[in-house]
Amino acid sequence: MITIPTTRAVVVALPVLAGLLLAGCAEETPQAAPGDTTGPVAVKATDSECDLSRRDVKSGTSTFSVSNGGSKVTEFYVYAEGDRVMGEVENIGPGLKRDLIVELPTGKYHAVCKPGMVGDGIRGDLTVSGDATPHADSDAALKDATKSYQRYVNSQAVALEEKTTEFVAAVKAGDVAKAKALYPVSRTYWERIEPVAESFGDLDPKIDARVNDVEPGTEWTGYHRIEQALWEKNSTAGMAKYADQLLVDVKTVVAKAKAVQLNPLQLANGAKELLDEVATGKITGEEDRYSHTDLWDFDANVEGSQAAVQALRPALQQRDAALVTTLDTNFKAVFTALEKYRVGDGFKPYQPTEAERRELGNVVDALAEPVSKVAGVIAQK
Amino acid sequence: MAEREEQQRKGISRRGLFGAAGAAVATGVAGYAAHSVIATPESQASDSSGPVEFHGPHQAGIVTPAQDRLHFATFDVTAGKRDALVSLLKEWTAAAALITAGRDIGQYGAVNGPGEAPPEDTGEAVGLPPARLTLTIGFGPSLFVDAKGNDRFGLADRRPAALADLPHFIGDTLDPARSGGDIAIQACSDDPQVAVHAIRNLARIGFGTTAVRYSQLGFGRTSSTSRAQTTPRNLFGFKDGTNNLKLEDTAKLEQQLWVQPGDGPDWMTGGSYLVARRIRMTIETWDRTSLSEQETIVGRGKGTGAPLGKADEFDPIDFEAKGADGEYKVAKDSHVRLAHPQFNNGAELLRRGYNFVDGSDGLGRLNAGLFFLAYQRDPRKQFIPIQQQLSRSDVMNEYIRHVGSGIFACPGGVQAGSFWGEKLFA
Repeated sequence: MITIPTTRAVVVALPVLAGLLLAGCAEETPQAAPGDTTGPVAVKATDSECDLSRRDVKSGTSTFSVSNGGSKVTEFYVYAEGDRVMGEVENIGPGLKRDLIVELPTGKYHAVCKPGMVGDGIRGDLTVSGDATPHADSDAALKDATKSYQRYVNSQAVALEEKTTEFVAAVKAGDVAKAKALYPVSRTYWERIEPVAESFGDLDPKIDARVNDVEPGTEWTGYHRIEQALWEKNSTAGMAKYADQLLVDVKTVVAKAKAVQLNPLQLANGAKELLDEVATGKITGEEDRYSHTDLWDFDANVEGSQAAVQALRPALQQRDAALVTTLDTNFKAVFTALEKYRVGDGFKPYQPTEAERRELGNVVDALAEPVSKVAGVIAQK
Repeated sequence: MAEREEQQRKGISRRGLFGAAGAAVATGVAGYAAHSVIATPESQASDSSGPVEFHGPHQAGIVTPAQDRLHFATFDVTAGKRDALVSLLKEWTAAAALITAGRDIGQYGAVNGPGEAPPEDTGEAVGLPPARLTLTIGFGPSLFVDAKGNDRFGLADRRPAALADLPHFIGDTLDPARSGGDIAIQACSDDPQVAVHAIRNLARIGFGTTAVRYSQLGFGRTSSTSRAQTTPRNLFGFKDGTNNLKLEDTAKLEQQLWVQPGDGPDWMTGGSYLVARRIRMTIETWDRTSLSEQETIVGRGKGTGAPLGKADEFDPIDFEAKGADGEYKVAKDSHVRLAHPQFNNGAELLRRGYNFVDGSDGLGRLNAGLFFLAYQRDPRKQFIPIQQQLSRSDVMNEYIRHVGSGIFACPGGVQAGSFWGEKLFA
C-alpha cells in the first residue's frame, strides 16, 4: 500500500464573466501583452481556433487564461506525450474565461482546446524550457501520477456538478429538449470518473442504476429514471423530485471525489474498471436504453481510462516501454473506431448492427487486455 | 515482447509428476516422457490422462486417437500487420507446447504471479492432468486474400490451390457468423475443462491481434481414428466412422491424408486440409422415424453397425446384394453408399467429428447435431465431390442441415524451436 500525502490541488478554475471588469480583484488575470515572455498565456478559444499568446513558457508554474469566444462549451488541456493530462479546465461556457494554473517540467507538450468537448480537439505545440526537469526516479514519477490524476478527478467533479445543476434545472423547468441535450453531456463527467464515484458505496446505484438494478421495494432514482421519462414519455412530469435527489447525490459524490486519496494501483485498477464498464454495459447498449446515448458514456469511460493510464506513463515507460507503445496504439484504435459514429459535437444514437457491435467489442478487448497488465507493472519494485 | 518470446519459458507444472521436466518441454520432449517411455499411439488411446507429444512431423490432433471432447474456435485477424501476426503465432506455439504438456502458461502460471497483476494462466486446469490435449492450427482462405481481394499479409501467392473456397452445396443454410475464419484452432482432450482452458487462454493471448469468430464445444467423438478404439455413436444413435481412415493405415494416410511434396507450396508438405461443418440434426423428427427406415437411410444396422445384409460392423459392404423385394439391401440413396470411396473415385476422409447440444432452440427442440471435422490431402478431390453427391441424393438430408462451414490449411508438424506456420511466413 502506498500512501500519498495530501496535496493541495494546483488547478484553480475561476469563471469570470467576460466584459465584467472586477477592478482590483486579485484573481483578475492581466492580459499578456504581445511578445511578453512572462506572465499568463492568453488562450483565445473559439469554435474553430485555439490561439495562444505564446507557445514557449518557462518551466515551473504557468498560468493559462482561457477565454471562450465561441458558441460551444469548450475544454482546455495541456497534454504531455501520449495525451497525459498535465492540467485541464472543463466546461468553459461561451463568453466565459477560466484560468489553468499548472506546473510543467521542461519538455514538449500540446495545448488543446476541445470546442463541444469532443474528439482530438484543436491542437498546437507548447514548449517548456528551463531548469525544472521531470523526476527521474520512479517513486517520484508515481507520486506525480497520483497528484496529476487527482487534479483530473477534481476538475471532472467540478464540471459534473455544474452540468448536473443545469440538467436538473432544465428538467424542473419542464424543458424536455434542453434536458435531452444536457443529459449525455452531464453524464460525460460522471462516466470519466466512474470508478472513483463507485467507491462511495450506495451513491452509485442511487445516481446511475438501470431499472433492472433496483431491488424490489427500493425506489428507482437517478439519471436513468429521468432518461426514461424524457425519451419514452417525452415529458418531465413527476420528475422534479428525482431531479432534486440527483443533484443532492451528485453534490455528495463531488465533495467526496475532491477529497479522495488515490494510490497508483487504484489508478491502474480504475483504468481497467472503466474498460470493464465499456465491455459489459456500453457495447451492449443497456446503459442508455431509452435515449441510445451510450456512445457518449463509452467515449467518456475510455477518456477516463486513458487519463488514469497516461498519468502513470512516466513510471510505466521506465518499467515496460513496450506496454506503453501498445497502450498508445490501442487507445488510438478505440477513439478511431468511435469517430465513425460522431455527429457534430455528439454521437449517433447507438443502435448498432451486429457487425458494428462486434468491431467496437474487438477494439475494446484489444485495449482492455494490456490495460489489465498496468497494475502488475506499477506494483513491481 | 520479443525478448519474452526468445526466453525459453519453463512454465509451471500442474502436477508434481512433471516437476523436473520443465526444461524438457522447451527442447521438444514432452514432460511426461521424462518419466515414462514415449507413449505409442495405441497406448495413448487407452491412457486418457497423459500428454500427447506436441512436436513431430505432423501436427498432433489429426491421427491422434480421437479424444472424447472438443473445443474448436476460429479467429479473425484484427491486426493489420504481418509482424503482429507472426509474433502471435510464436506466442501461441509456446503456450500450446506448455498446455499440451499439462503445464500452466507464462512465467508465473495461474497462482504464482504478483498479486496486483492478472494471472498469466486463467487457472481452471490447475490440478488437472494433460488429458491428451492436442492443439491443431489451420489457416483459412481469408487469411491469404480477403473478401475484397486484398492481399492482407503478403501471403496471396502462397495460398495453395487445394485451399479452395467451398462451393454452395444444395441445401446449405449457412450462418456467416458460424462460418469461415482466418485461423482455426482445434483443441481435443479427454477432459472438457482442459480443452476449454486451452482455447480460452489462446484467445486471451490473441486479444489485439485476433478476435474469436465463433467457438464450438463438442462431446462424444463420433469417429475412431485408431483400431484400438471402439466406434462411437452419433446423435442419430448410429455408430459413426466404422470405415474411417485409421492411423495404422500408414500407406493410405500418405495417399489420402498428408500433403505430399510437390502437391502444392512447400509450406503445406506434411500438412492436411481440414473441412469443418456444423451439421444441425433435427433429432426430434428422426426419433419419430421407424427403426427400419432409420437403418435404410443410414445403410447399417442400428445395434451392430453392420452393413445391411451383414452380421458384423467391420464386414465389407455388399453394394450389389438385393433383398427378396428386388431392392438393394444398401439402398441407392443411403448415406453409406453415397459416401463410400467406391462411389467417389476412391476418395476417403479422416473424420474427427463431435456431437454437440447447444441448449435448445426456443422452439422446444434441442439445438443438436454433429460438428463434422474431416482431414484430407486435397478437398477438391475429396470433401467437395463427396459432399456434392451427398447433398444431391442422400436421403438423410431430410434430417440434417449444414449451418456452419469452414476450410483450413493445416501445415505440417512443429519442430522444437519453430512455430505454427513458420514456413508459411518464411
